[in-house]
Amino acid sequence: MSADTRGAIDCDLHPALPGCMALLPYLDQHWREEITSRGLDNLDLSLWPPEAPLSVRQDWRPATGLAAGNLDLLREQVLEPFGTGIGILNTLFGAPALHNIDMAAALCRATNDWVAREWLDKDDRLRAGILVPVESPELAVQEIERRAPDRRFVQVLMLGAAETLLGRRANWPIFEAAERHGMPVALQVASATRYAPTANGWPTYLIEDHVNFAQTFQSQLLSLIAEGVFSRFPRLRLVLLNAGIGWVPSFLWRGTKEWRALRREVPWVDRDPAAIFRDHVRISVQPIDAPPDPADLAALLEIIGSDDLLLFATDWPHWRFEGTEALPPGLPERLRHRVLRENALATYPRLKESEP
Amino acid sequence: MNRCPHQGAGLCEGEITGLVTSDRPGEFTLSRAGEIIRCPWHGWEFDIRTGQSWCDPSRIRIRPYPVAVAPGASLVQGPYVAETVPVRVEEDYVVIET
Repeated sequence: MSADTRGAIDCDLHPALPGCMALLPYLDQHWREEITSRGLDNLDLSLWPPEAPLSVRQDWRPATGLAAGNLDLLREQVLEPFGTGIGILNTLFGAPALHNIDMAAALCRATNDWVAREWLDKDDRLRAGILVPVESPELAVQEIERRAPDRRFVQVLMLGAAETLLGRRANWPIFEAAERHGMPVALQVASATRYAPTANGWPTYLIEDHVNFAQTFQSQLLSLIAEGVFSRFPRLRLVLLNAGIGWVPSFLWRGTKEWRALRREVPWVDRDPAAIFRDHVRISVQPIDAPPDPADLAALLEIIGSDDLLLFATDWPHWRFEGTEALPPGLPERLRHRVLRENALATYPRLKESEP
Repeated sequence: MNRCPHQGAGLCEGEITGLVTSDRPGEFTLSRAGEIIRCPWHGWEFDIRTGQSWCDPSRIRIRPYPVAVAPGASLVQGPYVAETVPVRVEEDYVVIET
């Protein structure tokens, strides 16, 4: 069973941070006192209620303690059964969403130190994304610079939705730093909740938040293309985590159609958006919003037109599939190895430096 | 012949303009003034010299026609010919022979 994925590079693992109190050893005296005196602990993101069935697969929920809360659980639930070669840790934590950018920066810093000490130091198969205070590009770049010399940090982690559309020039220092250090920027299904997640106001149910997030990803991606981020930073890669792929064809078709008519407005977009997408965007394979008939997945991928697109991921501990069936049914055999390893190695230059 | 390959608009009604390009976001360069025609319906741009579209030059193109300025008589003789008769002048009289 595990032979199917042996050696795989799992691009989306979510270690659970217990809360701000667990970060006290990694905070300076000032922030330790601030956090303690306010009793600030839980900063869970609203899209991921810890007790919701979606947030933790049933057989991955331990009898006691926090799901995805320690390395033993990761080894027992993922690294061993899937035969994982490399696993990338993408912490989901609300620190970047704080309005107080200095506190956000302190907590992001502490979170990255916690990941390094509690996880990376203990298992050499592990890598991680750098959590950054997205509301302050200046402080975000400081954190990237601080962490970049540690080659186990392989990407920059950003909230999928924050204060501004990502392509805006105010955010460019983050992309400049990421490109310079050979790190992709990864967007998570997580929001700073500055705005309603739909253009028509606030939804009622968790299912709406999750389904609508495909639109959020499209808004961000279109902003990055239209503002010229990929023209200005040609080596930058964007990784969409938990984005699914069902929306991609219509996005490419509509984007290309309108670009043909309106490209004079954005002449730095010197290729059609579909070509830019294929060169710069990668998507993790779980959850897959594939057609009901697995036989149709090949057709969908054919339409998208990129063998480089998909990155293997279990999305641990989120409940996406059963057993070790993390590869979507119907994935063409010729893509299996690309999805399991090659695409990730091409996307994350730092993984090649110490490939196990 | 006067049709945009997209949806058939009369291309001759389009604006004759130049090419807008950019080396980096926020910077604009206007070149090749008068060499680009924009379809009046959806703004697709075509290179007047080659017929190639800007958006997909290898697949979307219009038929180019060679154009030159030349005197009419060098291109074609008209079909209408007036009757001519020999004329000469003799001692202040114009003599027409019929």
